Order: sequence, then C-alpha cells, then structure tokens
Amino acid sequence: MAIIEIENLSKSYRVYQKREGLMAAIRGLVHREYRQVDAVRGIDLKVEQGEFVAFLGPNGAGKTTTLKLLSGVIYPSGGSCKVMGFVPWERSNEYRSRFALVMGQKNQLWWDLPSQESFRLHQQIYRIDASQFQKTLDELTELLGVRKLLGRPVRELSLGERMKMELIAALLHSPEILFLDEPTIGLDVVAQHNIQQFLRFYQEQRKITILLTSHYMKDIAALCRRVVVINDGAIKFDGSLSEVVDNFSSTRLVRLRLADGELATGIESIAEVESIELPKVTLRCQRLQVARVLTEALNRFQIEDVAVEDPPLEEVISKLFHDTRGPEQSSETAKAEVQS
Amino acid sequence: MSDVAAYEPPPSKPLGLGARLHCWWTIFRIALEERLAYRGDFALGTLMRFLPVITQIFLWWAIFESVSGGSDSGRMVGYSFHDMIAYYLLSMLGRAFSSMPGLASNVSKQIRDGEIKKYLIQPIDMIGFLWLARAAHKVAYYTVSTLPFALLFFLCRGYFTQGWPDPSVLLAFVISLLLAFALGFLMDLCIGLIGFWFLEVSSLLFVYMLLNFFLSGHMFPLDLLPSPWNEIVQFLPFKYLAYFPAAVFLGKVPADQLWFEIGLEFAWLIVLIVAARVLYARGLRRYSGYGG
Repeated sequence: MAIIEIENLSKSYRVYQKREGLMAAIRGLVHREYRQVDAVRGIDLKVEQGEFVAFLGPNGAGKTTTLKLLSGVIYPSGGSCKVMGFVPWERSNEYRSRFALVMGQKNQLWWDLPSQESFRLHQQIYRIDASQFQKTLDELTELLGVRKLLGRPVRELSLGERMKMELIAALLHSPEILFLDEPTIGLDVVAQHNIQQFLRFYQEQRKITILLTSHYMKDIAALCRRVVVINDGAIKFDGSLSEVVDNFSSTRLVRLRLADGELATGIESIAEVESIELPKVTLRCQRLQVARVLTEALNRFQIEDVAVEDPPLEEVISKLFHDTRGPEQSSETAKAEVQS
Repeated sequence: MSDVAAYEPPPSKPLGLGARLHCWWTIFRIALEERLAYRGDFALGTLMRFLPVITQIFLWWAIFESVSGGSDSGRMVGYSFHDMIAYYLLSMLGRAFSSMPGLASNVSKQIRDGEIKKYLIQPIDMIGFLWLARAAHKVAYYTVSTLPFALLFFLCRGYFTQGWPDPSVLLAFVISLLLAFALGFLMDLCIGLIGFWFLEVSSLLFVYMLLNFFLSGHMFPLDLLPSPWNEIVQFLPFKYLAYFPAAVFLGKVPADQLWFEIGLEFAWLIVLIVAARVLYARGLRRYSGYGG
C-alpha cells in the first residue's frame, strides 16, 4: 500500500466575482455573484514511501491546493485521500505529528524571538524526548551551518537563513512525510543550492517521502526523480524528468564553434538557426536529423568544437504547460457558475 | 494487505498531566518572552493607560459640582462623588483583566493571510494556544502595571469610604476578575473568528468596542441607566467585563444574590466556550486556505 493514496480528489472554491466600476460595486452589496473555481479536478495519485516527487505546473495550476489538501488544512469538495492511513482533513494529532509542511512564503517561527525558542516550543508541542531533540537539533544545525544563528531573533535573519531555520523547525520531530511549497522562492543561487543539497542529503539518509512544488527547474532537476505535472487542476504527466524531455521536446540544439576567421554564410540551409555569435553558432533540428546536420556542418565549415544538447528545461516545461492546457482553460469563464 | 499495518498509527500514549503542563508552561514562557522583546514600547504603553484617570476624576467632579453645588451630599442613583471615583478605579481594574487589545484583529488577520495554517498542521489547539499566550501577555502587563495601580489606589484611598469589604465579598471579587479575563478573551475571540466569514472584521470590531464601552460599565455605572435599559444590560455578558467586579467590591450586589450572580457568570463562560468552539469548527469548514 502506498504511503499517499489520492483518488478522484477535487476542490472547488467559490469566489466573489467583483465587477469593475462604482455602480457594480454598489450592486454587489445587494446581489453578489459568485464564480466557481475548480482548483483541483479529480486527481489520482499514488506515492510510495521514500519517493521524492516534484509537482510542476504554472501558477494557479492546483499544486498548492493539493498540498493543502494533503496536509489537512482544507477540506476537499470530493474524492478521497489517505496519507499513512490517515484522512488528512480529520487532523488527528497522530497524523499531525508525523508530517510537516513548509511554505516558502509563510513562516512558522516566532518573529521577535531567537529560533532556538521556537524550536523549544516545537519540542514540547511534538513531545520530542529531550536527548533526541538535542541530537536532531545538533545534526540539523550542523548540516545547514546555522549553529551560530540559533540565538538571533528571527527578524534579523536573512531570507535564506530563515528558510533554513524553517526547515529545522519542520524536521525536528522527524516527520515521515515532508510537504515543501516553493522552499527556495526568493533565495539567491547560493542559498538555493545549499537548501537543495541539504534536502537531497537528508532525504537519502532518512528515506522520508517528500513532495515538493517549485518554479525553479534547478530544484527539480537536482532533487526529484519523479515529476508530476499539474495543469488546470488535473495531472497531465507523471514520470521521470528525462521522460518529460523525451515526450515534450522533439528537437535538439547543435552548438558549433567555428574556427577562427570562418564565416557562417549559408549555414541556415543546413538547419534552423537559433543564434549566431561568431565564432559560436547554435542550430536547432529534429532529433532524427542530428546526424545529418552534423555531417553537413563538418563538411562545409571548419569547426573546432561540437555539442549536442536537449533544449533548456525551462523551454520544455513552458511548452509542456502550454500543450497541456487543453480546451478547459479557455472555457473556464463559460463554465463559471453564477450564483447569488 | 499485510503492509497496511506499516502505516497504522502507533498506539497513542495517554498524555501525562506532567507533559501537558510542561507544554503549556513552554507556550506561556515563550509568549511572555515575546512580549518583553520590546520592553520600552510596552512599558510606555502600559503607563500611558493611567493618564485618563486624571481627566476622568475631573470630569466626574465637574458633573457632581453642577448637580449638587460642591457638597459631597449630592448623589446619583446611589453613587456619591467618592463612590463614583471608587467605581471608576475598580472598573479600570476590571478592564485590566477583561480588555484584549489586538486579539480579535490578530485572529482575523491570521485567518486572512493564512497564518492560521500553523495551528492546523501542528498538533496543537489554536484556542488553547491563544488562551495561554494571552494569559502570558496579561502577566507581563501586570508586572509592569502593579506598581502604578497600587500607587493609584493608595493615593485615592480616600474615595473608598466603606473600607475593605468582607472576606467572602473579596473572594467573589477576585473570582469575578478572573472570570472577566475569561469572558473578555472569549468574546474578543468570537469576534475574531467571524473573520472566517467576513475577511475584514475591523468595522465589526469597532461596533463591538463601542458597545463594550457603554454596556460593560466602563464609561459609567450601569445603575445609572434608566429602565428598561438597566434591566436589559443586566442580562448581557458585557457587564462582567467592568461593572460587575466593581459592583461586587463596592457592595452594590446584595449578599444573598452574590453567589447566584457568580454562578450566572459561570453559565456565560460555558455559553461562550461553546460559541467559540462552534465558530471555530464551522469556520474551519468554510476556510479554504486564503492567501496562498
């Protein structure tokens, strides 16, 4: 039995439809129009213990809503879900002490107090044995390199340092499942990298199950073997990152470095030109055409270096989002239910 | 299905009272520390609350002056000038227990911006947590304000013409102060929890504070109200926030009714606890996780 089992889970919100203009605002006082937004439309998903899964999707695709449903913060409109055998939105204390949720844009620490104090509170709330607590805390602060910052009020920490503290707070009770919503949002490259490394190491050591949403492809490429693409509240793809590339990108980039003084005249007759910045030329072609393109290029030009690459992940993903939008998106307004 | 067992919850250990108390103590201590993080601002704010005392004394003096021409024989529905000042000081003490600055607006803000999630994903009860945090805030407040309060009462001892009340009345007074804290907390909390339905509660809160100011007896003793208003306010819970403790101390509550009245206050406590619990449970049902 999988550690997370989601069946036909859906969540709809009713949002107040505001219209423009003063008159409309006054009318809105008496007669309110609501629109139904289907944030999650019947998803099925199974996650096995020890998996590190990324939820990928554009803003508003339903990733965060799914994480909220899994952590029991909101009730679903339909369908069922079991996490470690618990129904999340029943919020039993046993369930709540066995998972953690970290949201990149929310903080759980006490703003005006040193993180250490928040950690002590967690120790009590999660009833962590004192020696166990000290051991875990030492280990985590060591790994993240924040020992010196424990006594500093949270408000004085940088965003990256605060995120590390949030992670420690979330992991003190050794949760079996960790939900991460945009854990690296707004962080600089170094801090992002630190957190990625930490997550990978921790997950490999503890074999816990992690679900992560992120907009940074680097996070996902570095961490997750399994990618679930969510768009329009439905799962559009479920597989490995390389499968994503195979399925959604049929082209390759051929990067050439021409010899000194060589001009790129006529190169566009070989393949579509992506960019020319002499001596570098980038061509794009269908995957099956790579051999032909290379042979022709080598025959006709003096070339010093050659590389064949997949298109950048960002490009593949944005194509994927676009392709999986489907007709639902455009008809969303038509579907809007008007209620009073 | 043999591996299903792997995800069965472990048998939940019955929680020892010791562990529970320790947890409560930690919450309390941390909330206290947080309160003291901005010591200067906090102390100044606390002391500033004593300023209106002087204007109030002058105000009542002027009112009695115009009513009775300066002699202390002038009375207003059973209150002499001295009684009135004594009442005012005691109602201030009641307010020191029952007023909950920022509670309702904080709760509704936490609902609005999604910070409430913290209480939903951690194995803690939000209402209990807020209760402990508020108790800590009050303790911090008393540590700063005990001295000024003592000084104020000492300076104004002349206004208490009847001296100390009986021990049993004094006991009822202390109980009524503690209950004033509980009722004040719950009423403010309920207003804040309405934030589940209306994301913005500030105007509602304003109306509530205004009502509270009049109906709790903070502005004047409720006996001053003409019939039928006097009878009506006696049936509302607001009076326990300021009027009732003061009335108990000043012997305005007849001895044979005293414990009955305290019992009634307990009944209100139960009603408000149930109301807060129902609002919270219903609100969570409605809650759709605003703010990302």
